[in-house]
Order: sequence, then C-alpha cells, then structure tokens
Amino acid sequence: MKKVRNLDHGADSLVTVRRSRINPLYTLIGAVVLSGLLTWAPWFLPAADVSILQNFFILVIMATMWNLLAGYAGMVSIGQQGFIGLGAYAVLYFAIKGVNPFVAIPLAIIVCAIIALPVTYLLLRLRGGYFSVATWVVANTAMLLILSFTLLGGGTGAALPGLVNLSPDQLNHDRYLSTWFVALVVVVATYLLLRSRLGLVLSSVRDNEVASRSSGTKVTSTRRLIFIVAAAGCGAAGAVLAISQPFIQPGNEFSLSWTAQMLFVSMIGGLGTIEGPILGSIIFFALQQWLQNWGAWYLIIFGAVAVSIAIWQPRGLWGIVRDKFHFELLPVGYRVNDATREPVPRKSDGPSWRSRFARKKDGPESVAT
Amino acid sequence: MIWVNTVIEGVLVGSFYALFACGLSLMFGVMKIINLAHGDMAVVAGYTAIFLVPKFHLAPVWSFVVVVPIFALFGYVLQRTLLQKAIDRDPFTTLLVTFGLSVIIENLLLEIYTANGQSIDIGVLISKSWQVSSTLTISYFSLVVMAVAVAVLLSLQLFLSRTGTGRQIRAVSDDREAAQLCGTNYRHIFGIASAIAFATVALAGIAYGISTEFFPSSGGANLLFAFEAVVIGGIGSLWGTLLGGVLLGVSQQLGAHFSPAYQVLGGNILFLAVLAVRPQGLFGKRTEM
Repeated sequence: MKKVRNLDHGADSLVTVRRSRINPLYTLIGAVVLSGLLTWAPWFLPAADVSILQNFFILVIMATMWNLLAGYAGMVSIGQQGFIGLGAYAVLYFAIKGVNPFVAIPLAIIVCAIIALPVTYLLLRLRGGYFSVATWVVANTAMLLILSFTLLGGGTGAALPGLVNLSPDQLNHDRYLSTWFVALVVVVATYLLLRSRLGLVLSSVRDNEVASRSSGTKVTSTRRLIFIVAAAGCGAAGAVLAISQPFIQPGNEFSLSWTAQMLFVSMIGGLGTIEGPILGSIIFFALQQWLQNWGAWYLIIFGAVAVSIAIWQPRGLWGIVRDKFHFELLPVGYRVNDATREPVPRKSDGPSWRSRFARKKDGPESVAT
Repeated sequence: MIWVNTVIEGVLVGSFYALFACGLSLMFGVMKIINLAHGDMAVVAGYTAIFLVPKFHLAPVWSFVVVVPIFALFGYVLQRTLLQKAIDRDPFTTLLVTFGLSVIIENLLLEIYTANGQSIDIGVLISKSWQVSSTLTISYFSLVVMAVAVAVLLSLQLFLSRTGTGRQIRAVSDDREAAQLCGTNYRHIFGIASAIAFATVALAGIAYGISTEFFPSSGGANLLFAFEAVVIGGIGSLWGTLLGGVLLGVSQQLGAHFSPAYQVLGGNILFLAVLAVRPQGLFGKRTEM
C-alpha cells in the first residue's frame, strides 16, 4: 500500500522520497492482525467489553468525520449531531417500512448525503463562526422537523422494529460487527481520500487558501464534497447508534453532546492527522471508564484538557509524537530523506517545524516569515 | 385582533432577544470572534443572581446591581487571558476554545446545581400587567425588558460614536494594527469591549431568569436565538440587531400561532430564508461576511 519511490537524481542518488519511516509492510501486517482480532472480539471478550468497544467505534467514526471537516477542510461544524440524528431516524423510518435495520444502514448513509447537498448551498456562503452556528441552526431545524412526524414517535421517540426475531447473543454480535465494519470502512475511506489528489488539494487550501485558489483549486466544490462526505459519515454513525440502542429519541440522537465529544476527541488526539481522532477516542473512553461514578466530571475534565491543547499544543497528542519522533502509522503525505543531510520533516502535511517555531510569536503584529 | 396580539408579543420577545444579541454582535464586530459560550454566560448570570445576591441582602429585583459589575470584570479578565491567547493563534482556535468553555460551564452547573430548573423570584412584580383590551394584556415586566433593551442599544450606540473609548473601539475594530500604531493598546480595548458584552449578557440573563425557569442546558437555545437575531439584522449593525430580534420574535410567535411545536421552527425558517436570499442580513455589508 505504501509506495517507496526513488527520485531520479542521477545514477547514485542519495535522496529518497517515501511516505513513512516505518516499513509499510509492517503497518499493513499490524493493521490486518488488529482488524482480525477486532472482528473476532465478540467471541472471546465479555459482553460488557464488547459493548464498550462498540461505543468506542461509534465515537471513532464521528471524530474521524469531524477531523476531516475541521482538521483538513477548516470547517468548524457544531451541527454534526443533525446528521447523526437524521441517520438514526432514517434507519427507524426504513425499519418501520419493513426493511431489515442492518440493510437500512447504507440507505441511511445515502439519505444523509442527499440531504447534505442542498444544505451546503446555504452554509458554504458563511465563514468561520457564522458557519459554525448556522450548522447548529440546521441541526436544530432537522430535529424540530423530525419531532413533527408522528410516524417516527414525535418527542417521545420510538423503538426500532425488526430486531425482535434475533436471539440476544446473535443481536449483540450483529450490532458489534456492523458498527466495527462501518468504522473500518470510514477510517480506510478517509485515509484513501486524503492520500488522493483531493487530500493534496485540502492541504494546499489549509496552508494558503489564496495561493491555492489562484493555482486553480476549486475550493468551494472541494469543501462541498468534504461536507457531504462528513454528513454521510455522521449519518453512518447515527445509523449504527440507532441499531445499538433499544429506543430512538430526538433529544438523544440530536444531542449537542455528540458534537462536543467528537470535537474534544479530535482536538486532544490531534487535528489534521488520521491517527489523532483514534488516539483521542481511546483516551476519552479510558477517562470515562475511570470516572464513571463521577457524573459529568469526565466531560468537564476532558473539555478543559481540550481547551488547553487548543491554545498551547494545537497539533494535539499525535502531533507531538509526529514532531518528536517523525513517526507515523497512517501517513498521507511524503517525506524526503536526503542521506547527505539531517532528516527534514516533509512539507505537504501541516506546518513544518520552521513555521511552527514562527507561530510561537505569532500575534497580529508580527511579520509573516 | 389575534394577529395584532401575535405581533405585539413578538416585538416584546424580540427586543429581549436583541438584548441578548448585542453582546454577541459587539464581540464579533470588535474582536471578530463568535463567543459560543455567550448563551451559557447568561445562564451563569442567572445562577449568580440566585445564589450570590442573597448574601448581599438585596432584593432579587436589584440583583443586576451586583451581577452586572461582576460580569464586566469577568469579561475583561477572560478576554485578557484565555480569549486573547486564542485570538493570537487564529480564529479557528477561538471557536474551539469558546465551544469548549460552553460545554465545561454547562456541565459544571449541572454538577453543582443539578438539572433542576431555577428562576429568580421577584414576587408580585412579575404578575402585574396592563390590560390593553379584552384579549390583550401586556405584563409590565416585558415592557421594562423592552425599555432596557432599547436603552442599552441606544447608550451603546452613543458610547461608540461619541466617547473617546468608543472611538478607540471602532478604530480597533476597523484595523487593529493601525490603531496600535496610533498608540491604542488593542488588547485593553478588546478587554473593554468584552466587559461591555458580558455586562449586557448578564442583564439579559437576569431578565431571562426572572421571566422563565432556566436550566444548566438553557445556554444553547439562548445563543441560537441571539445569533439568529444578529444574522437576520445584519452583522455588525446594532440597530440591525434590534430589528433582527424583533423579526425573529414575531416569526416565532407566528409559528407558535399555528402550533406550539412550531415556535422555534418559525424563527429557524426566517433565519434560513434570510441566509438564502440576503446572507449579509438586512442591514449588513457584504464584505463583512
């Protein structure tokens, strides 16, 4: 999967360009082994752990999507709970109409993508904070519209039909496996998307939008595409969330706390890296388990850590690992290794170490370097 | 006559939204940041009025005498410390930081004061009203709130246009580097703007706490309405904010007229319509988007 490419600098060139310092074969083997283990997990782990793992995957899906939006495309959405809710309710709607809930997952994803398209024409006119709060208004409107359908249970919610004929064990396995496969597809798809030409466009827009636009990048349509992908991904998260719960309620599926979680998780793990949201989700679940008898304190502590990281270490924990050790598991850019010089971090992905030093003094009054 | 009632009701509610929104509008105008914790600040003001003011042996009606100065100071300090740090990084960080603050505040209130509803009890004053006709009564309190909203907006407008500090605020808002070169400490001016914004949101929070029951989670809806008022009226225009609040209030009341469930939806639909047709708002300039 990870190419090692030699640049042709004459017969005895010492310069190599490659994705990562780790041999890609090891990463691939590791990923396959881990995926195999996670697929077999419900057969050897206790049911409680499987359920935790399942919620963990739902958070990984959400955080990966939020990271794609904010970390790569610069769109801080605080309305992703709208698509989570729509995904959950789409599954409920299809299940009421007689579709198997597991078959309804891909349908719900398509529904969310279709709804997201007209929404982008309203939202992408706005910038920064105005975009953020407007996404929230859209999510709020979606919830209010869903509330007015009596078929979908209105304000009290509804139970998901179509799951009763499965035995409890079978149901738990199916729930876990569908969640895990959706998470796997979302992470792999995001990884491939960011390694493609589109990923390159996104990096260029993030680093300098004006320069990127003037070299012919279609900034708005790229943002539109990313917004739709993230809507579909959050719809997927909502769909598996609907299946994992016995009861679907608007106040729960459309809750702003989903967005709070995905935002904190991506910020702590590291915005703009694939590994960051996954690392953040692991920390989040560890903290939640550790403080489970302390009510909402885990969210308060997690929020405080996220705010501090946003101010003092905006590249997150994975960003620290990457800067210190030049170590990446799922690289999306390239690094240049020149054997005649010190190793230089690659430039295509995020600010290099040079601009990172410049950022430290970066106030409105400082001169750009 | 029902329509007249709906519109009058909408204007009264709307001027309250404008009181909420003017701090948001000011902070965006001067610092170019959206304080996503704005609604939660109002809720904190409500809790402060309930749990701190009795220690000063004041009647709840006079709680703003204590809460507003505290909030102005709080706004200045928060701006000079946390928010300034976020602004120094980039606008993106300010969004993340204020959203994080909002979640932290909401959950802290939940942990300390539980999820139970609270309200500021001002006794019989709340129930006094003016019987205009057989079908229309207007409570004196909502008239007072409307008067306060108009007075706040008017004095803010005068302050910004007539005083030296107001001139500095406008200068910093236009171009902070140029203002800095002319000897204005823009960080201090940011602090002052933030202090004013927090003082107005404290007033709004107290008014809100008197007129209705509130919960730790009430901040979100408040921010939503304030934001809708700002965008409908036009970004950066204080009178636009007042008009936006009134239009929002009227459309919510019209929605509620069809079904109580459509109250918020009515406001959202007006907001989305304005966004589709005139994204800069009714009084806004296109460049400020």
